[in-house]
Amino acid sequence: MGKFEVNLKINNIPVTVEEGTTILDAAKKLNFRIPTLCHHSDLCVAGNCRVCVVEQKGAKALPAACATPVSEGMDISTNSAQVRTARRHVIELLLSEHRSECTSCYKNGKCELQDLANEYRVNETTFMKLVENKGYTIDDFSPSIIKDDSKCIRCQRCVRTCTEMQSVSALAVVNKGEHQKIATFMNKPMHSVVCTNCGQCVTHCPTGALIEKNYIDQVWDVINNPELHVVVQTAPAVRIGLGESLDLSPGNRVTGKMVSALRRLGFDSVLDTDFTADLTILEEGTELLTRLKKALVDKDTETALPMTTSCSPGWVKFIEHKYPELLPNVSTCKSPQQMFGALAKTFYAQKKGLKAEKVVSISIMPCTAKKYEANRPEMRDSGFQDVDYVLTTRELAMMIRQAGIEFASLPNEKYDSIMGDSSGAAVIFGATGGVMEAALRTAYEIVTGREVPFENLDILPVRGLEGVKEAKVLIENVKPEWGFLEGAELSCAIAHGLANAKILMDKVKSGEMSYHFIEIMACPGGCLGGGGQPIPVNNEIREARMKAIYEEDSSLKIRKSHENPEVIALYEQFLGEPLGHKSHELLHTHYTGRKKY
Amino acid sequence: MENKKFKLVDIIFETEGCDVGVVLDRVLKRTPDDIIMDMIDSGLRGRGGAGFPTGLKWKFTRSESAYDKYIICNADEGEPGTFKDREILEKVPMKVFTGMAIAGYAIDAKEGFIYIRGEYRFLQKKLQSQIDEFNQMLENKGLDFKIALRWGSGAYICGEESALFESMEGKRGEPRNKPPYPTVAGFRNKPTVINNVETLVYATMINKYGADKFKELGTRDSRGSKVFSVSGDTPKAGIYELEMGLQVSEFVKEFGDGDTKAVQIGGAGGTCVPRKKFEDMIIGYEGVPTGGSMMIFNSSRSMYNVLHDYLEFFAEESCGQCTPCRVGCQQLLKGIEAVKRGERPPSYLDDLKSLAASMKIASKCGLGQSVANPFSTIIDNFREEVIY
Ligand SMILES: Cc1cc2nc3c(=O)[nH]c(=O)nc-3n(C[C@H](O)[C@H](O)[C@H](O)COP(=O)(O)O)c2cc1C
Ligand code: SF4
Ligand code: SF4
Ligand code: SF4
Ligand code: SF4
Ligand code: FES
Repeated sequence: MGKFEVNLKINNIPVTVEEGTTILDAAKKLNFRIPTLCHHSDLCVAGNCRVCVVEQKGAKALPAACATPVSEGMDISTNSAQVRTARRHVIELLLSEHRSECTSCYKNGKCELQDLANEYRVNETTFMKLVENKGYTIDDFSPSIIKDDSKCIRCQRCVRTCTEMQSVSALAVVNKGEHQKIATFMNKPMHSVVCTNCGQCVTHCPTGALIEKNYIDQVWDVINNPELHVVVQTAPAVRIGLGESLDLSPGNRVTGKMVSALRRLGFDSVLDTDFTADLTILEEGTELLTRLKKALVDKDTETALPMTTSCSPGWVKFIEHKYPELLPNVSTCKSPQQMFGALAKTFYAQKKGLKAEKVVSISIMPCTAKKYEANRPEMRDSGFQDVDYVLTTRELAMMIRQAGIEFASLPNEKYDSIMGDSSGAAVIFGATGGVMEAALRTAYEIVTGREVPFENLDILPVRGLEGVKEAKVLIENVKPEWGFLEGAELSCAIAHGLANAKILMDKVKSGEMSYHFIEIMACPGGCLGGGGQPIPVNNEIREARMKAIYEEDSSLKIRKSHENPEVIALYEQFLGEPLGHKSHELLHTHYTGRKKY
Repeated sequence: MENKKFKLVDIIFETEGCDVGVVLDRVLKRTPDDIIMDMIDSGLRGRGGAGFPTGLKWKFTRSESAYDKYIICNADEGEPGTFKDREILEKVPMKVFTGMAIAGYAIDAKEGFIYIRGEYRFLQKKLQSQIDEFNQMLENKGLDFKIALRWGSGAYICGEESALFESMEGKRGEPRNKPPYPTVAGFRNKPTVINNVETLVYATMINKYGADKFKELGTRDSRGSKVFSVSGDTPKAGIYELEMGLQVSEFVKEFGDGDTKAVQIGGAGGTCVPRKKFEDMIIGYEGVPTGGSMMIFNSSRSMYNVLHDYLEFFAEESCGQCTPCRVGCQQLLKGIEAVKRGERPPSYLDDLKSLAASMKIASKCGLGQSVANPFSTIIDNFREEVIY
């Protein structure tokens, strides 16, 4: 059934839209922007901030444009005197509950509340300041996220994000009236509840109430210390996101400029997480094939299948809380960040003739959960904390600004060696489905000696923003040593965003679906939509970033992890073989079951 | 404006000759459309406060095609100064249930719920056994409709219909965006008729006596009678059923203590009528509407304190989700305190009135929208008392 059309007038201009369209979207069609705060295109409608109110001829109250569908004959004014007064009041009220300290606020210049206050030229002294009696607290115990209630405007974007997109529900609305606020279970600090540190609430918070814990000053300190050798690794998704925080439009690939910027910031060696992403593929691919052999040939009932990926630390903490019984299914591979960290203070230090204690390893991640991951007690296999500081894409952009580097005009430079080589397979780790695609490119070839049977190596069924994706790959004409896989159909599933992960894992748990291999990324879109990526984010931006990732992949000569020359050398010179003794020591880990609340 | 003299009525609590079984039998012999036509014709409007025409509400819900539909009796009764629904449920529960069953028959719903104020727990045992008895009677009559009890937990906002649905669904009681209205998407997002306890009893009685009998009472816009909860400075606090359209002066003559300075009509969110306007106002939709709360204040009362109490109540009982109401209530409260203490000039009251006006049009639900009623009427009529 086709949708009905509705005719209305906005600011006296007639417009025809589909039934069900909101006044907000109808106005957008006519290029009228209506201000919003609680609205976010990723989330369900809340209609609680009331800053989007408009006047409807004949109606007593002002409808909220974000929450009101159009109706036939509506006559809307988006900028009447009544509307402007009401909006100004709303902004002034929000500010009266708000500790306004823009000059020292982390979100200064990137805050939706500040923008609106500026736009409406509000008077902060009209109403009385309510902040002093509120007893606001700041929770900065988490290594990933700071929650500052004095900056919160109660738009509930975080709550909806954590519940709808992530199925975690670490944040909820508590109390009513003047005491209403956003809180965790029993007001516990964020690090001691089910929070996965994914940072999606951070990328959806319009103000400075939820921000990443930043380590910029600590990183400047180590850079400035001549005694230390500071290596930096950059995750796949940073190179396609960073530009957005430096005034470029979404979808710009800035790999070369990012490398030169990092060098100018003073890092001693600029290296690539992509290198260990390739390494992950070899370890994880081998682990999968080993598990399949144990289960199919040796009939080992202890071997857990499907195997899930483990490179998303938000996902790891999620499964530790929600499905502790499924932890044996999680690949024991560390994430690329942590593989890199463990090698930086061992292999790399040896090769460069450095003392491990003089090597500081920094990573630039699209992710806030990586900050938490670096602090996990399991992540000290080099004898030191393997990764010392984790910065988000946004923090890197801030450092580049602080250093006065004009990013757009930087030359394109190349990563240093060693641990700077990568393949296209590693780059696509940044997009949902990318690990699966990379793993298939390698595993298929290991088993059959031939390239995956997809045109140009592009495994399209695993790509795109659909929440849960499935793919099947028939394995034929295998090499003799993989005879047990002859004719087998490898069954794979992919989920991104923890709400989708839950849908998928519930099916796995109940036995409704059975797979061999599952890729899960905690963030919608995969790391490209990570909690450490530039703000704002929405599906349009995710699509642009995704396109850039696949362009980067196609642009590279080497597109399969097992062909990365530095990875090959690493096995020859240091590790021996995938899943070998040294790998186990440095590259693999274990997990901990956690409480459900 | 027609206005009515004081007249006590006995429809709601009338028990004599009121066999609900007989009323139901009569209803079941007629078509749902006829029942609804009668309800529309009677002019009955909701007694919970908002005053929406009951027959239309039923008609809209009937016209929805969903398989599951619900009837909900709103017995949350949280409005300060209202205590009539409890009395009705204690004295004539069968008439309430019958109203629900009639509504169920009219819109083709199979389930009804009474959402009752948590503080009324003491009624539980008795009420439950009466419900069981009634459900049995319906079964015997072959009407596929069952009633069950649901308990509120003390938040005033859960009396607001959409917050009530959220609460019944096990969620935080926060009002929803409208549209969609309950007639389209109410409890469990199914078409739902939600009516106040008293409205449902009138539905029963209209089906007993006919719409014409009901129409004989009241005025053109305010048909019938209504139960009032009278409190404050009165020698006769209590519950009275009166004809609608009564002039406020008539009311004061009957219930005041001779020194009445103001009457707050419609609870904390209602309108404050000062002595000088008693003659100009009638109690009804063409004048001052009310869900039944009538608070009388004599000259010993400080209207500042009265307003202060109301604002404290709203600052506490706002659900807190929307900005104008959550913060606006706090500002109005702190604002009159500041003026009282001389920290802000008297002219600040005008800024606050302008704020209250924005709250009225920009708040998400009836709570925030109604705060301006007491605020503006008390500030306008008792400005000196608030300042000095
Ligand atoms: C804040 C607030 C509280 C309310 N509390 C009640 C209540 O306790 N009981 C009630 O019947 N209606 C209450 N209402 C009105 C209901 O939303 C709804 O309009 C009413 O139940 C409809 O029934 P009626 O048409 O029979 O009046 C309240 C409304 C608001 C905005
Ligand atoms: S949250 Fe926004 S408005 Fe508030 S202090 Fe920070 S930048 Fe300023
Ligand atoms: S970081 Fe992720 S899991 Fe934690 S509160 Fe935010 S959205 Fe929820
Ligand atoms: S923490 Fe941020 S997203 Fe959450 S309610 Fe407050 S302002 Fe909104
Ligand atoms: S007006 Fe008040 S009670 Fe109603 S939704 Fe807004 S905050 Fe909640
Ligand atoms: S943006 Fe519409 S109410 Fe918040």
